Amino acid sequence: MKRLITFVDAIREAIDQSMAKDKDILIFGLGVDDPKNIFGSTAGLQKKYGEARVFDVPTSENAMTGVGIGAAIAGKKPIMVHQRLDFFLLAMDQLVNAAAKWYFMFGKQQSVPITIRLIMGRGWGQGPTHSQNLQAWFAHIPGLKVVMPASPEDAKGLLISSIQDPNPVIFLEHRWLHNMKGKVSKSFKSVPLGKANIIKKGADITIVAMSYMVIEAIHAAEFLEKHNVHCEVIDLRTVAPIDYDTIFQSIEKTNKVIVLDTGHLNGSISGEIISRIIDHSWDNLSAKPERLAMPNFPEGTSYSLTKEYHVDAKDISLKILEMLSVSIDTSAAEVFFKKEHPHDIPGDWFTGPF
Amino acid sequence: MKTIDKKLYENMLLIRLVEEEIAKKYTQGKMRCPTHLSIGQEASASGVGLALNKKDLAVSSHRAHAHYLAKGGNLKKMIAEIYGKEAGCSKGRGGSMHLIDRKVGFEGSTAIVGNTIPIGVGLGLSLKLDSKDAISVIFCGDGSTEEGVFYESVNFAATKNLPVLFVCENNSYSVYSSLKVRQPRGRKIYEMVEAMGIRSSHTDGNDVRKVYQAANFAVNQIKKTGSPFFIELETYRWLEHCGPSYDNHIGYRSELEYLEWKKRDPVKLFKKILLKEKILTKDDIHQIDKRVKIKIKEAFKFANNAPFPKPQSAFETMYLDS
Repeated sequence: MKRLITFVDAIREAIDQSMAKDKDILIFGLGVDDPKNIFGSTAGLQKKYGEARVFDVPTSENAMTGVGIGAAIAGKKPIMVHQRLDFFLLAMDQLVNAAAKWYFMFGKQQSVPITIRLIMGRGWGQGPTHSQNLQAWFAHIPGLKVVMPASPEDAKGLLISSIQDPNPVIFLEHRWLHNMKGKVSKSFKSVPLGKANIIKKGADITIVAMSYMVIEAIHAAEFLEKHNVHCEVIDLRTVAPIDYDTIFQSIEKTNKVIVLDTGHLNGSISGEIISRIIDHSWDNLSAKPERLAMPNFPEGTSYSLTKEYHVDAKDISLKILEMLSVSIDTSAAEVFFKKEHPHDIPGDWFTGPF
Repeated sequence: MKTIDKKLYENMLLIRLVEEEIAKKYTQGKMRCPTHLSIGQEASASGVGLALNKKDLAVSSHRAHAHYLAKGGNLKKMIAEIYGKEAGCSKGRGGSMHLIDRKVGFEGSTAIVGNTIPIGVGLGLSLKLDSKDAISVIFCGDGSTEEGVFYESVNFAATKNLPVLFVCENNSYSVYSSLKVRQPRGRKIYEMVEAMGIRSSHTDGNDVRKVYQAANFAVNQIKKTGSPFFIELETYRWLEHCGPSYDNHIGYRSELEYLEWKKRDPVKLFKKILLKEKILTKDDIHQIDKRVKIKIKEAFKFANNAPFPKPQSAFETMYLDS
C-alpha cells in the first residue's frame, strides 16, 4: 500500500524498518537524538531502539567515521549522519584511505558496510561552505558507492539498499527535496543501486539528471511538452556506479542529450557522463551534447548573489530549445516559470535557517 | 613466569631476525614496497602481544611487522605480502604497510599516520555492544599523537567507556623530525592523555618484562572496569624511517644518541637476564635461535617461490557483491 509522505519521512521509515529487521544496524551522528532529529529524519528512533544503537556523538567527523569503520569490520552496520556535507570534509582520510580501500587493500577479506548520510543544499544564504554538492569527489574514489535520490519513494528504497549493501555508501540528500511529498510503499521495499529510472518517456531529447536537478528537469519537460518537445527524463539515482546502459539506449532513440548536475561544472559527474557518451554514442548524436551545472564559483551568501547563480527549469528549457533549434516566444517561459516564492527557497515550507 | 619469559624472548628474537633478514635482502629488489622496520622496538610489541589473547583485536600503523608477529600473525603470509605475492596476507594488494591476519585478531595496519586509531576505537565499540570478553588494542607512535584524529578518538573512547588499549611507542622521531620540534618541552604524552580522562601509564619500552607487566595490568584494568587505558613506551628506532639502512650519518640525529640506545638493545639485555637468572641455558638459547632461523628461512623461501597475482586481477571489482 502506498501513501503520500515526505522525502524526509521516507528516509526515517527506511531507517526504522531496517533497524527493526537487523539488530546490527546502528545510527549515530551529531544531533540524531536532539530535539530536531536531523530535520525529523531520526525522530523516535532512540526511544524505539535504545541509546546503544542510536546515539549522539562528539563533534569529531574524522574519528567518528573511523569508529564506524571499526564497528563495521567487527560486524555492525553503522549509518552515520551529517547535517551538512561540508563538515564531513574533515573525515576524508577515513573515507578515502580506510573505508573505500579496506576491502581491496586487505585482499578482499572484509568489506566495510557503512552508510554515510550527507545532507546538502543550496540557496537561503547557505553560502560558500554550506551548499556544496561534492558527489564528484566521492564518485572519483574506487570502492565507494554514491547514491542521490530524487523522490520520496527512491529515498526509502535506495536507503534500504544502501544500508544492506556490504560496501561503503555515500547517501546524498538534497535539503530542497526533504519536504517533497510522493507516494511511498509502506512495505520494506528496496530499490537497487546502480540502476537509473526513466521518469518520463520522450523521443526528442534525453535529459540526464540527479537529485534535485531531476525536479527542475521534470518542470522543464512539462513546459517543453506544451511546445511539442518531448523529453525523456532519466533520474540517475546513483552516480557511482552510473547506469550507462540506460543513458546510451535512450540516446539511440533521441539522438540528443543534456546532462544536469547539482555540483560545480569543473570535474563534474556531468562531464564524465558526456565524455562516456561521446566515446560510446558518437554515431547516434545529432547535436552537440550539453550540460548545465553549478558555475565554477563558490555560492555567495547574499540573496542577490544566488539570483542568477543556480540552474533552474527555465534555463534547462531554453537550452533544450536552442539545441533543437526551436524558437518560441520567450515570454511564455517567463509566465510558466514565474515563481510564487523567492528564488532561493524550494517552497514556502522552507523558512530557514537550514 | 618462566614460560612467559621464554615466549617473550623467542618472540623478540623472531621479530629481530625477520627484520634483519628483510634488511639484508631488501636491495635484491624483490620487496618492492615502502618497508618500515622495527629493529630496536621489539620489546614493546612482544610485551604487549603476550598480554593479549587471540580474541582481542588489534590494529597498527605503517611500522607494523612487530605488532603483527607479536599478535601471532602468520610469518609466511607476511613475507609473501612484502614480496607482493598472491599468497600474502593481503594477496599482494597491501604490501608491508597493510598487514592483516584475522585468524589471530590482527584486524589491519594502514599507512596513514593515525588512520587506524579511530578504527580500533570502533572495534572496541562493537565489542562492548556485543558484550564480548575481549579488548581492542591500538598500536600507534608518538607522531600519531599530533594528529587531530588521535584526540578525537581518545575523547570518544573516554566518553563512551570503551574496552580499548592505546599503546603508544614513543621512538622520538616522526620520519626525521625530532619530538623536540613537534611537541612542547616538558610534555609527557601519557600525562596529557590522563588529563583527557583515560587512565595511563608509561614504562621503558626496551625492557620486555616491564612492558609485559604494564600491558597485563592495563588489560586487566580494562576488563575489570570496561574503561580504556593508555600506555606510553619509550623506545628507539635503530634504522632509517623507511628502508633497510642505518642513517645516523645524514644529520638528523647523532651517532652518540644511537649508541646510547643500542646499549639498551632489548633482545640482548633480556638474553643476558635470562642466562643470569638461569631461566635459559646457553643451549636453550642456541635451540631457540636455530628454531627461529629455520622458520624465517622457510618463510622467505615460501615468499620467493609463491606466484604473483595475475596482472588482470588488478581490474577485478572493488565492491563486495551485495
